[in-house]
Amino acid sequence: MKFLKSGLLRAGLLLLLLVVCFLDTSDVSAEYGDVVINRQAEKNGMRPVIFPHWFHRIRFRCKVCHAELGFKMRAGSNTITMTDIIEGRFCGACHNNDIAWSPENCDLCHSGKPGLPTGVFGGHETSGPGRW
Amino acid sequence: MTRGRLRPRVVFAFVLALCWAIQSMAGEWMPLARDGIHDPKSRAVKILQQPQEALSRLTPDNAGNQVRWVQALDKTEIRPREKLFAKTEVRKLDRDIILDVKGGMPAVRFPHRQHTEWLDCVNCHDGVFKMQTGATKITMFNILQGEQCGICHGAVAFPLTECMRCHSIAKGDKQPVIPPDVNMQMHRSRGPAP
Repeated sequence: MKFLKSGLLRAGLLLLLLVVCFLDTSDVSAEYGDVVINRQAEKNGMRPVIFPHWFHRIRFRCKVCHAELGFKMRAGSNTITMTDIIEGRFCGACHNNDIAWSPENCDLCHSGKPGLPTGVFGGHETSGPGRW
Repeated sequence: MTRGRLRPRVVFAFVLALCWAIQSMAGEWMPLARDGIHDPKSRAVKILQQPQEALSRLTPDNAGNQVRWVQALDKTEIRPREKLFAKTEVRKLDRDIILDVKGGMPAVRFPHRQHTEWLDCVNCHDGVFKMQTGATKITMFNILQGEQCGICHGAVAFPLTECMRCHSIAKGDKQPVIPPDVNMQMHRSRGPAP
């Protein structure tokens, strides 16, 4: 009886360990800090935009976008329109066929799965500043 | 008897090894086509740089992007631009702030140097944090909700699982013990800035 009890306990612990491991990995999909931008895109028939922080921070410090270009540090709090971008504001400060590709390459940014909500993805324990 | 006691241990070791294998697989960067947010049918997933290609070359971490971003910057593994416009003044500050905390956790060292490498003063002051040291009440409750430090930590900067990276100043007899390598321009969480 005592053996059965400890065996059950052990099996339970193993199961718990496995569950924890799998929970941990199932979460790792989007890269940490990836932002889905979808306030305007799908309404206008385009895929949501995926903004990868990891890619951009290799090339620019945070302050370039968040101080010089005026992106607020809260996913969903910036109203970004294609007019802004074409006129050189927000993404358009670099995506102008000079520093980075021009806005004519629609599907390089508009590459998200349909239906994704705006927000920070790939987060660990918090969802980050995704509320606005 | 011995066999009966040994086998569960072998199974246990096996399962542990399996878990470890799964964990280390999680350390790899997911290709864009399988990351769950990119549309695999999009042309972009074939053209855009893959995280693995860029991030595997940088100083590794066990959390977030699996990259020690500040170290990667300090070691010039990456050279991110500081400004776009010629007239922009690049502002940096090398001053540590020691924030004593209630309860048993070690005190927090906030280093301005690492933060101002990435950010400008206006990103925090005077909005998220007041300029005057100690004037803003900072709580883990706010941080865990994605406010204050949690605006970045938990979203783009190292996540909140890494408690001891911030809570790094051990407490002596109720007062934080300031190690010799800490910048002495620091000040405590109460009283005006120098």
